[in-house]
Amino acid sequence: MDALALEATGNKRVANGAVVPAPLPVQAQSKRKPAKKTKKAVVFFEVEILDAKTKDKLCFLDKVEPNATIGEIKSMFHKSHPQWYPARQSIRLDPKGKSLKDEDVLQHLPVGTTATFYFRDLGAQISWVTVFLTEYTGPLVIYLLFYFRVPFIYPPKYDFTTSKHWVVHLACMCHSFHYVKRLLETLFVHRFSHGTMPLRNIFKNCTYYWGFAAWMAYYINHPLYTPPIYGEQQIRIALIIFLFCQIGNFSIHIALRNLRPPGSKTRKIPYPTKNPFTWIFLLVSCPNYTYELGSWLGFTLMTQCLPVAFFTLVGFIQMTVWAKGKHRSYLKEFRDYPPLRSPILPFIL
Amino acid sequence: MASSEEDGTVEEKENNNKKRTKSTLATAWLTFYNIAMTAGWLVLAMAMTRFYIQKGTHKGLYRSIARTLKFFQTFALVEVGHCAIGIVRTSVIVTGVQVCSRIFMVWFITNSIRQIQSEESVILFLVVWTVTEITRYSYYTFKLLNHLPYFIKWARYNLFIVLYPVGVVGELLTIYAALPFVRRSGMYSMRLPNKYNVSFDYYYCLIIVMLSYIPLFPQLYFHMLRQRRRMLHGEVIVEKDD
Repeated sequence: MDALALEATGNKRVANGAVVPAPLPVQAQSKRKPAKKTKKAVVFFEVEILDAKTKDKLCFLDKVEPNATIGEIKSMFHKSHPQWYPARQSIRLDPKGKSLKDEDVLQHLPVGTTATFYFRDLGAQISWVTVFLTEYTGPLVIYLLFYFRVPFIYPPKYDFTTSKHWVVHLACMCHSFHYVKRLLETLFVHRFSHGTMPLRNIFKNCTYYWGFAAWMAYYINHPLYTPPIYGEQQIRIALIIFLFCQIGNFSIHIALRNLRPPGSKTRKIPYPTKNPFTWIFLLVSCPNYTYELGSWLGFTLMTQCLPVAFFTLVGFIQMTVWAKGKHRSYLKEFRDYPPLRSPILPFIL
Repeated sequence: MASSEEDGTVEEKENNNKKRTKSTLATAWLTFYNIAMTAGWLVLAMAMTRFYIQKGTHKGLYRSIARTLKFFQTFALVEVGHCAIGIVRTSVIVTGVQVCSRIFMVWFITNSIRQIQSEESVILFLVVWTVTEITRYSYYTFKLLNHLPYFIKWARYNLFIVLYPVGVVGELLTIYAALPFVRRSGMYSMRLPNKYNVSFDYYYCLIIVMLSYIPLFPQLYFHMLRQRRRMLHGEVIVEKDD
């Protein structure tokens, strides 16, 4: 009786303190259910996290909400192991399986009410934005050092002199424009799928970009530089190709950005828009890489420099690998993916 | 880097884990290839020994075996193909790097720079290579024939401990001896100005090659030591996952 009274007064105010039988169903033997807004009984999950390699129990979380996401579970795990921030956690159902996504909801996963996850440390992570900004600022600065013939690069009599060939000035403008464009796109245009990448990538990537920039810049700005064989004609055609592909590349980046609402990671099939530069989507899955290749071919033609050709080739190989991967994942994800499209070169590759 | 010790161990791991039905043609070809290479390097070993016994000096030894050496060492490029088409379960890149480093030593150093052919360091690495290759190819041959004498296995996983560093010393000394001749002749080099706007200095390239031994040699050496522990003593080594 007292228990009922307590419950009753909990729900209804009684002016004179008299017990008013509350219009609640009889719940004298009911368990202490937490007060929830949902009408149904809430079954909490228990989550245990094991090390994927050693199978040690690293963490046990009880009272996890069924609609908790993997991202929230990662935050909880981080609290008990502060050295593993969420970005470096790989949570998976199977020790050798694929990583679960942050957006995955606990109750939609094939687990019982006691879920067992396996954890792998991805190593120190660094944000994509940081990596991009660092790897693109390097070439911008380095090229200019060679352009202005800063001391200790060329014989001292050439320090701080300028090249007598106007194509060298043009090349500097194009190269600098290209990397400024990339920096601005990183800051204002791109919407990244992943927040972070392994820390060691920044050393690898910077070595690649900075190293090649120095190698190219050394020869283009060299006092003994030889201008293109076909002179002004060659340079003009090269410049047109370069600018065309720069605009094209930018158009594609804008089109891809517009596919994705801000802050989301949705993936949709890109289609041509009103911008003619995007019509290449009819034939190619990754036209941003196609235009990038075109820009560097233009730059190679403009400077007629073998290191630039080499850089273009290496970049093309890498971009082809990426384009093929992206094309494959498009095909896997979308049943109605346009069959006419090739990964990077229309009809060829 | 002279050694090709680590090739077959990945192969062994695969054989232990799952039954690989290799086509009979592939097995027949590989058996023939490994027998032929064992024979080739045995011929080289005998020719070198005979020269030294007859002449009592190493001067002119390289010239006498140059053709055979070039043939068999270059033919080893085929091994990259084996990995590429999958009849040998090793990484294409690892095999490629090893074979290329040998090709580099033979064609771009010893063959093209006459003046260093009578250096002692050349004999040093030639002897090391010969012993290593005879052991390696006979190991593969016996494995393919499913009859591996323990002493071959022992040789393959123990001789490298001494041979590998000695071989590296021989190679480095040879490259070092070649440097003044490269500088003087300006061989394989290209200077500015030219219409490709590129330059290449073989002298500095060789210096970089020599320096690259410093990071690469310990990595390969310790990898082979780990393989040895696994193959001979069955220790389970927890490899660092990438």
